Amino acid sequence: MENVLHAPAQRRAGNRTATLAACVLAAFALLAVVAAGIALYGQATVTDFTAKNLAPSLEHPFGTDWMGRDMLARTLAGLSTSVLVGLLAATVSSVVALIFGCAAALGGKRVDAVVSWMIDLMMGVPHIVLLVLISFALGKGFWGVTIGVAVTHWASLARVVRAEVLQCRQSKFVEVARKLGQSPARIALRHMVPYVLPQFVVGLILLFPHAILHEASITFLGFGLPPEQPAIGVILSESMSYLSTGAWWLAVFPGLALMATVLLFDVAGQNLRKLVDPHTAQK
Amino acid sequence: MTKYLARHIVRFALLMLAVGLVVFALVSVSPIDPVQANVGQAAYVNMSEAKRAQLASYWGGDVPFWERFANWAGALLHGDMGTSLRFNAPVSEVIAHRAANSLALMGIAWLISGVLGFALGVVAGARRGGAVDRVVRGYCFLLASTPTFWLGLLILMIFAVQLGWFPIGFSVPIGVSAADVTLADAAHHLVLPALTLSVTGVANIALHTREKVVDVLESDYVRFARARGESDLSVVLHHCLRNVALPAVTLQCAFISEIFGGSVLVEQVFSYPGLGQAAVTAGLGGDVALLAGIALVSAALVFGGNLLANILYGVLDPRMRVNEGGA
Repeated sequence: MENVLHAPAQRRAGNRTATLAACVLAAFALLAVVAAGIALYGQATVTDFTAKNLAPSLEHPFGTDWMGRDMLARTLAGLSTSVLVGLLAATVSSVVALIFGCAAALGGKRVDAVVSWMIDLMMGVPHIVLLVLISFALGKGFWGVTIGVAVTHWASLARVVRAEVLQCRQSKFVEVARKLGQSPARIALRHMVPYVLPQFVVGLILLFPHAILHEASITFLGFGLPPEQPAIGVILSESMSYLSTGAWWLAVFPGLALMATVLLFDVAGQNLRKLVDPHTAQK
Repeated sequence: MTKYLARHIVRFALLMLAVGLVVFALVSVSPIDPVQANVGQAAYVNMSEAKRAQLASYWGGDVPFWERFANWAGALLHGDMGTSLRFNAPVSEVIAHRAANSLALMGIAWLISGVLGFALGVVAGARRGGAVDRVVRGYCFLLASTPTFWLGLLILMIFAVQLGWFPIGFSVPIGVSAADVTLADAAHHLVLPALTLSVTGVANIALHTREKVVDVLESDYVRFARARGESDLSVVLHHCLRNVALPAVTLQCAFISEIFGGSVLVEQVFSYPGLGQAAVTAGLGGDVALLAGIALVSAALVFGGNLLANILYGVLDPRMRVNEGGA
């Protein structure tokens, strides 16, 4: 009620542009991180024992570690690995979610029961425990963690897809299209896809932050990327041995950078949601 | 009621079986050799063939997968969870010892994050758009993007290394015999891990509660209450809290899964000897029995959380009771 009286009159106008701009900016920032990381990949492993354990300075903004590696280069290289792992895992995961969600909604009662049991099983075990198991089963490393994240993150998105498809199937416009004699393929393409796609894309983008955070966590625990690869999880787990010596920069900056990256994905996802799904925009 | 109970028990048994099977399958396909993983590269190279074979049979490398699983599942039905090869003790003993530490940590974090998150959510929702709301939302937004283990590292650095207020790790002081450890010592070691876990747990429940409060405040019955002249405080106390409490309870019960995951990371950071740390050790060393045991315990905890939510629903919501009695 109060909101009606105090509605911000002016701000509404530019909202869509601002939202789109935020989205695009976030995407570009992420792209820049990945590009910088790949460019600095070689530099990230260069050791210089004359410049080890240096506190942050102009020359080394993030400081150096006990082997004299520049932490800024290591962090950026690690971030780009994380983003790539996250992208790959989240994309695979969302495709799995799409397939299972559609199968559950359209495949009849039995398929639905099987899929929901699988979702229950997925959600019945803490995520990290499951990730540790899968990564271990695949022999750790890049593929272990990527596949682990990919096969554990589809459950909630599959539920969303299932609900959306069910809702769409029972809607008036699909019923009318069917009565008008349109083929199932045409209904699927013309009516179902445009209805479900926006939710799906937003769900996909909002999967990235989870995927990246879980990749870092699993790597931190020692089940993910190998120690010789520059990865945020590796950097942070190694920094633990040097914390008591006061080398705070080894942990603070890489963590902050990871947090900023995850935030960027979140900003992009939330703003995109506002654009494609006006219902939730007002909340 | 009996039917309801029976259905839950069957579901629980099926879930346990599936979890056990998945754990066994995943660990047995792993290309990581438990013997190499446990004795280390150098020792492995220098080891005699006979010693290697002996160790391989100790880790069960030559027993087929189904036989191992059948042995384990059969023993489990008799209440025997097997022997942890890594800790050289019965799994049930290792888990019981570790669970006490972990449950204390998780229980405290669960309660604090639930109560604090709920309170923050209600205040933020009731004053939507205000300063408190902005701070709470910003805090939650930021926390959702913060890796738990990094937050743990920061807290460790500030309070244990720089300020020296709390110990750097473990659950008891070093060099003190187990009999001399007081409750105060244990509590002193518990503060930082519990703080980390609570701080991260607040975000989820606060945001959802806030959203619910906003919904309720826009409802017709609140509009009517306002028209009758009820104050803001009265509206929140009498109309809002009751309606918001239920989803919050469900959410916090479902959150047990996340808390367990968080505790794995936090225990690793603070070298806190709990279930999570044991799981990591078991995983890195290929200790199947212990890993399966911990996975079962974690699944049981999650299941128990959902069950708790169902039971609390009945207690908290009079409508549920009326429906059950009527039907």
